[in-house]
Amino acid sequence: MIEAKGLTKDYADKRAVDALSFTIRPGVVTGFLGPNGSGKSTTMRLILGLDSPTAGDVTVNGKHYRDHKAPLHEVGALLEARSVHTGRSAHYHLLSLAQTHGIGKSRVDELIDLVGLHEVARKRAGKFSLGMGQRLGIATALLGDPSTLLLDEPSNGLDPEGIHWMRNLLKGLAAEGRTVFVSSHLMSEMALMAEHLIVIGRGRLIADTSVDEFVQRASKKLVRVRSPQAARLRELIVGDGVVISAVEPGVLDVGGIGAEQIGELAAKNGIVLHELTPQQASLEEAFMELTSEDVEFRAADAPAKEAA
Amino acid sequence: MSSFVAPVTVPRLEHVGRVTQLRVAVSEWTKLHSLRSTRWSLLIATILTIGFPALFAAITSSHWGSMSPHDRADRHPIDIAQAGINVSQLAIVVLGVLVITGEYSTGMIRASMTAVPKRLPVLWAKLGVFAVVTFVLMLPAVLAAFFVSQAIVDKHAPLKLAFSSAGVARAVIGGALYLTLVGMFALALGAIVRNTAGGIASLVGIFFVIPPLLNVLPTSWQNGINPWIPNSAFRSIFQLTHGTHSLSPWGGVAVGLGYVAAAVAVAAILLVRRDT
Repeated sequence: MIEAKGLTKDYADKRAVDALSFTIRPGVVTGFLGPNGSGKSTTMRLILGLDSPTAGDVTVNGKHYRDHKAPLHEVGALLEARSVHTGRSAHYHLLSLAQTHGIGKSRVDELIDLVGLHEVARKRAGKFSLGMGQRLGIATALLGDPSTLLLDEPSNGLDPEGIHWMRNLLKGLAAEGRTVFVSSHLMSEMALMAEHLIVIGRGRLIADTSVDEFVQRASKKLVRVRSPQAARLRELIVGDGVVISAVEPGVLDVGGIGAEQIGELAAKNGIVLHELTPQQASLEEAFMELTSEDVEFRAADAPAKEAA
Repeated sequence: MSSFVAPVTVPRLEHVGRVTQLRVAVSEWTKLHSLRSTRWSLLIATILTIGFPALFAAITSSHWGSMSPHDRADRHPIDIAQAGINVSQLAIVVLGVLVITGEYSTGMIRASMTAVPKRLPVLWAKLGVFAVVTFVLMLPAVLAAFFVSQAIVDKHAPLKLAFSSAGVARAVIGGALYLTLVGMFALALGAIVRNTAGGIASLVGIFFVIPPLLNVLPTSWQNGINPWIPNSAFRSIFQLTHGTHSLSPWGGVAVGLGYVAAAVAVAAILLVRRDT
């Protein structure tokens, strides 16, 4: 459980995180979405106490991260920026972190096997590929058997099999009742993995909702109609608040009127329909729509601050 | 392709302990010995500490017959025994800086501070482990330097110096203490500047730039200030003879410890206050 209240962080003259409030619950994977530079990584650093907030507060399992007696047992973190000494082997990297909590060598070996780094465990981490680095980061996050996982772009650099493995891993961890908070810029990835979403733009909360709701809310409520009598149908349904655009001959996208009404009108007038489909936006489209609005709003709202 | 369907389960951990200062010290020991750069720095420091005195003793011994009385008078056996310290100190201070700045340059500091979010135990552990390791290696090295160089100059009576003579044991062991303290000072400076190049540059400034700058001051000022600057104060620890314008060995230890404590205090305050 992660709770943020009015979390705000200023760097020099830039506000990276702006009055962010949210609660990340256990048992589900919560996705953390936002365009680049929207404050995702900063928020994660604030949760871990690596940076101190300018205002507001964030707690993990009811306490500031710093005040936990066994922090690695509370939160396992994978940060986007690499956090490994390039001259040290994966084995000693994990061991040195494990030892701060009195965790033994057998746990280190167990996790090295789990993430598939057995062959290279004694090699210097500086020689690792991006994908191997991510696997080491995941092993680091799991070291203390944490109740909360905080993962910034975990699928970065992983091959498709690795991404699949990661998705299963995170779902499994959430199913065990853990809190899983994961950021990703891969929307398709998020759609497959997350149940809940926190969306931010320019450091501000845009949405705190389930994935389904988020997509629905952003859907433009268009209905695609395919008919050999498209022109006649068009005359019948045109009216106040109805927007019709011809996609191609015989295909219309209709907004402002439901699929049911279109179907009833067509039946009443004996018009043949080949297709009548309510269009749903993809998560990606929903995300683009919401964040672009936010960007415009913010740019117009505070031009002076942005110029600085 | 069984990995495609098999659910990934993470083995549970039976027991997780809390973070303690001792555990953080064990962790720092692992970090220190698991880096190749550390092992090389310490090996080089040990070789230089013993090797230079052996080399100088051999040269002095072979040239003794052709040396003028003036040159002979200039050769003090303690200077020969301690010749390596001036060189090995470079390896020790660079290592001291790297112990902390290496974590900042690689990003390891984020992992360290996530494991120990109270932060200060990491600084104490780094200082403690580094100090113990340096002293434990440098003490036998300075003793070896003394006895090896003495064995080499054995046939020249004026170069003989008994370990039991007044102040000799103190000066020899003081060499190891000096290396340990300047190393700790370097570590604290590294923690303040958080950057390898900056840390080494500030050490060069303090130890090699300030002393010659003092030369432009009137002599009376120089005599008043010089003993107290870090370079002179730290060096008083291992000098056999002390003039009127230098600190006593224990005075050197006290002032040196004061510099270390001041640097560590600044480092500690900044470590807690600054964003990582």
